Formats: sequence, structure tokens, C-alpha cells
Amino acid sequence: MRHLRSIRELGGEDLVGLLRLTDHMTEINQRPVPRVPALRGRTVASLFFEDSTRTRLSFETAAKRLSADTMTFNVSTSSVNKGESLRDTIATITDMGVDCFVVRHRSVGVPWQISDWTTASVVNAGDGAHQHPTQALVDCYTIRERTHAERMDGMHVAIVGDIKHSRVARSNVDAFGMLGARVTLVAPPTLLPPDVAHWGVATTQDLDGLLGEVDVLYMLRLQSERMAQGHVPSLREYSEQYGLTRTRVDRLRGDAMVMHPGPMNRGVEMQIDPSDLKNSMIHRQVANGVSVRMAVLFDLLGAGSHLGGQA
Amino acid sequence: MSAASVLLRGGTVVNRDGERAADVRVEGGLVTDVAAPGTRLVADVVLDAAGCMVSSGFVDLHAHLREPGKEEAETIETGSRAGAIGGYTALVAMPNTDPAQDSVAVVDFVREQGKRAGLAEVVPSGCITTGRRGESLAPLAELAAAGVRLFTDDGNGVQDPMLMRRALEYARGLGVTLAQHCEVADLTRGAVMNECACCTDLGLPGWPALAEELMVYRDVELVRLTGATMHFLHLSTARSVELVRAAKRDGLPVTAEVTPHHLSLTDDLLATYDPVYKVNPPLRSRADISALAAGVRDGTIDAIATDHAPHPRRDKELALDAAPPGMLGLETSLGVVAPRLGLEPRDLVRVMSWNPARIARVDARHGRDVAPGEPANLAVFDLGASWAVDPGRLASKSTNTPYAGVALTGRVRHTLYAGVPTVRDGVATR
Repeated sequence: MRHLRSIRELGGEDLVGLLRLTDHMTEINQRPVPRVPALRGRTVASLFFEDSTRTRLSFETAAKRLSADTMTFNVSTSSVNKGESLRDTIATITDMGVDCFVVRHRSVGVPWQISDWTTASVVNAGDGAHQHPTQALVDCYTIRERTHAERMDGMHVAIVGDIKHSRVARSNVDAFGMLGARVTLVAPPTLLPPDVAHWGVATTQDLDGLLGEVDVLYMLRLQSERMAQGHVPSLREYSEQYGLTRTRVDRLRGDAMVMHPGPMNRGVEMQIDPSDLKNSMIHRQVANGVSVRMAVLFDLLGAGSHLGGQA
Repeated sequence: MSAASVLLRGGTVVNRDGERAADVRVEGGLVTDVAAPGTRLVADVVLDAAGCMVSSGFVDLHAHLREPGKEEAETIETGSRAGAIGGYTALVAMPNTDPAQDSVAVVDFVREQGKRAGLAEVVPSGCITTGRRGESLAPLAELAAAGVRLFTDDGNGVQDPMLMRRALEYARGLGVTLAQHCEVADLTRGAVMNECACCTDLGLPGWPALAEELMVYRDVELVRLTGATMHFLHLSTARSVELVRAAKRDGLPVTAEVTPHHLSLTDDLLATYDPVYKVNPPLRSRADISALAAGVRDGTIDAIATDHAPHPRRDKELALDAAPPGMLGLETSLGVVAPRLGLEPRDLVRVMSWNPARIARVDARHGRDVAPGEPANLAVFDLGASWAVDPGRLASKSTNTPYAGVALTGRVRHTLYAGVPTVRDGVATR
């Protein structure tokens, strides 16, 4: 693997392989000193054009536990704001000797553009409403941790909410599908992209009708600006139709998992305190973030022989 | 200064009454002789036209020459040179300059810069509304008196239907044509590409076909109401073609154009994330391409227009949503369009020269038959010549061609403007 920009760049075997590799990383993270020299001498630069402290810290922690050097490019104080083009910025940082860029950008496609301009590897940490592949890997790993199965054959996942504007939804539709799961998108038609039929997923507006049969209920964040844009009449109406309430939780099967990529919108899609949820995977999703990103960085940059070592 | 006489030897002349092998002699800006091959004609300069069509020079209804205001991307001189390379002898300069072409001063400046460059007739269009803001009418009568015949807010459609109605009513008596960029802006907010399966995958806001078709429909009906003449710029959807076809069936005074890129490139190219494929209206589907080509063949679409839109490289190195729309077109149009449309030479010249000359109302000087006494604005082109586009070797100041490395068939060998070769053997003479 040279870059990880989209789940679609992975074959099903690559995906399973990365999840297996994550098991090793989880083991490392449980050691008293969770650090291995696997990426000693390598440099990972995080390039976050859009704020995301959680994702950035998760990547930087992952890099440090593999002994890579990290570089944080602060966009708000950089020369990108002084008229320097993105391409010039990338060339400059590449010249400093970077092995991997971790890129978050509000615009679709920027990680691909960057990979055309650098010899370093590129990891997409979220581009617009397009892809967020490491989040999908985290989610697959979290499910795997619970089911102890390498694939998701026979499982039914409902993804609920603003599919149209969600990179998490796009990456997860790809990843869950690749692992054999059946996916249903639950959203008002205004929050679905124009042509989802070719994704091979079902769609419905009836969350309640689905609750008893899903193995995973994946809730997406609804941003309040969707109301101003006329996608939904009001947050109240949205949360009534699509929010997770105590009543809805009670109708889930006993072993059904509830997931959310964070940050949550309490009172909108989450009308219940997640700590009151028996089968919430939300904390596991956060906890697994570092291990999954270690696996990705190791796969991209590692020589494959230092895994067992101690720092 | 009297220009040298020129002899185009060995070509096939394409006129309205047919094609025939003939040598063409030009002197003093006019065609002096069209004679059977082998006739003894003497001239200072002899250009080989063997294997080529010789026709009236091409007329582009839609060129963004960027001067004044964005000379970093193109100037009237470099744009005219690009046009000459493409076989054009007249270019309608779009008014979205800075300042916009909404005053006699700016329009005169553009025309004068065209004359100074001397590589093609630069025909300034005028704005429909002041500053292309869609709020109040530009001085249409004053601009018409200054020679402007085509008015458009290109880049923006005139959104307000009442203002558009007034514009058409006001223009009716002036002997001018209003041209519309059809886009209902409320339906395309933030749009980057066609609304399609590909935009679904990419998570990009879609530009629905309806946004174009609604305005085509509105304006067809406004033409029916007002009786004014209307030209539809760069149509991109199958349904738009159908609407214009129906309007023509009803005898309404409407004309329409299509660009080479909307006849050749599809929306899925945006999956390369390369902003060179971002254009407004956006690239559409294969079905739209077929419908547009059918529209050209049956005469629903009158003209090929390039929408030549140069942008400096740094602007096309931005993210897809931030990059400005537009692609180069003047130098590649023949090679893109000729093999795809498969038209008879006469029908090709009709959409590249005769019809656009009439729509731009420059048909006293352009789009004429190649005959003694006619202005010598001529294109000599080889429909069999294959070539690959090298962005680094274009005459345009910019390089944003979507055809880099693509093999095209059909190339201009010589262009004569006012009797003088502006292009000789595919190379600009100055």
C-alpha cells in the first residue's frame, strides 16, 4: 500500500489484513511502555486544513508509539494564508524530508492532488464529504473486536442520518459492503445523495421498522446548518424521526451495537446519554482509533520486521 | 502598406453550393480568383493546400480573452493568436472582464486591442446588466450604437424573470441578440459537477440538468412573449436540446451553441480530482453528448462555440471546489469536433463559420463563400491530420486544456485574416 486515500483503494484482503495488523497494535498499546521502534527515522506530517483535534491527536499518538517523528503543520499560521499555493506548501514540506502526509481538508480530492505533488505517502484523514478511510477501518475493527469474526457476512448495518454530507458514511458503505454486510441507509431523501442506487444498499425513512432486525445501528451527526439549508424542517422534527431515544433503544435486539463516529450532537441524533446504552461501541471506537492508525502507518512506512521489539 | 498576394494551391473549396477542387488567390484583403486546379495564377506567396478544405474562417461566439483584468491568464493578443491557430478569423469576446464590458469605453478598448493584435477580428459582446450583477440594464442602446450586436451576462444567467423580460423587450428594436448562460443559481449553489452517480460517490454538490433547462424554458417563453431574438450559450443537456428543437419548430427566433468539450468529455472525469475538468455548465453524461451531437446534426444547435476560458496554472492547482471553472478551446475545437460529429465538410463549416457569423452579425465580413470579391478571411484545414495536444506548445498564455496528450483528428494548416496569413503550416506567423 502506497497511499490510503479511499476505502476503494483497498481490496477485501487488504482490508482484512489491516484489521489483523491492528490486533498487533492493540497488543502493543496494552504494554506498560506502549512504544516500538518500527518507524524510527520516519517522519509523519499532519496537515489539517480543517480542525479536528481528535483525529489529529489519534494519528500523532499512533506515529509516536511507532517511534516516528511527527510534524504538525499549523494551517492557520502558515504561508497558505499568505498566498502560497497548496502545491508550493507540499513541495516545501516534502523537501524537509517527510515520509507521510496525514491530510484533512474541507475540499473533496485534496489528498489525491497532494499525492501527485509529493513522493511521500498520503493518508486521507477526511476530504470534504468524500472519504475518511481510517474512520471506516476503526469501525470495522470495533465490530470485529465484538464479533470475533474477520468478515461481516450476514450482518445488517443501518446507517442513520446525513448520508449526503458524510465522508464517514461513504467510507463505511464501501468498507461494510466489502466485508459482506448488508447496509441500509436511513435518512430523509433530502439527506441522501442523488444516486445511491448504484451503491447496492437499501434506503428507508422508517427507522422504527428497522430497529428489531439490525446488528449495528450507526448514528451520524446532524449539523445544525442543514436546517438553514432546507434539508430538514427543524431539528425537532429530525430528532423525532431519526434520533436515538430510550424507546428506540429498547426496541433494538439485545446484542445490537450502537455506534457513532463523534462528535455527538446531544439532543439531536442522540437523545439518550450514551453511557446509558448497554451496547454502545462509542468508547471502543475512540480507543481503537490509535491502534488502527498505527496499523495504517506501519503498513505504509514500515519495513515489516520491528513489530515485536521494545523501545 | 499593401499586403503580399497569396495563392492557396491544391485544396478543396467548401461553399454553400458544394465542394470543388480549386486554387484560391487572395490580394488586398479580398479573394481575387477561385480557379480550377492548374489554372495559371501568380502570387507573391504560395501556400500548399493539398489535402485540405478551404473555407471561410471560423467564427467563435464564445471566447474569454480575459483582457482587461486578467492578463495573467490571457491577453487579447495571445487569445487572438490561439484563435488563429484554431482557424478562427473572428472571436466574440465575452464581457466578464474587469471592468466588465458594460460601457462603450471598455467595448472600444477591447475592439482596439483586437485591431492592434491584428490576428483576428475581436468582436466585443456587451453585458445585459450593469456589472453582470443582474440588477439593472446595461446601456444596451448606447452599446448597440457603438457596434455591439451580442449581449450576455455569461458566467451568470439573468436570474430575475422580470428584468430578462425587460431586456428582451428593450433589445427588440435595436437589431441585437441577447445570449443567455442558462443556470438557475438557486439550484446550483456550491455545485462543482454534474448531479450524477459520480457526484454521489465523490460527495460533491451536484449541478442538476434542471437548473439549465428551467432557464431555457423560461427564455423560450419570454421570446414567444416579446418577439426578441435570443441565443442560448453552451447547452449541455439532452432536455435543453429538446426545448430548443420545439422552440424552433414553433418558428421562434432562437439559436443555440454547444462547446467541443460538451460533445466529447463526460462527468466521470471529475473522479480524477483534476480541476482542469471543472467547467460551467459541467461535463454531463454520455446520453447528453449523444443528444447534443444529434442536435448539431439536425440543425437544432446552430454553432460550435469554444467557451475558451484560460486560467493561470495556480488557479487550476486549487481544490476542485475552489478552482475556477473553464477550459481552453480555441486551438483544439476542430480536432475535437470533426471526428466526433462526422459531418460533411459543408455542415462542419456551417456550424464553425457560417451560422456563428450570422448569429454574431459579422456576416458581412465572415462566414462568406470563398468567391472573387469576398473578404479573404479563410481557414485551410486537413480533416485527416492526426496530432496530439501538448499544453506546453499552445499559443494561449494558459495551459488548462483537458486534451493534454489526447490524439485529435483534424487540424488547421493555414489561416488568413484580411488576406494575410496569420497561421502558416500550423504555426502562427507572428
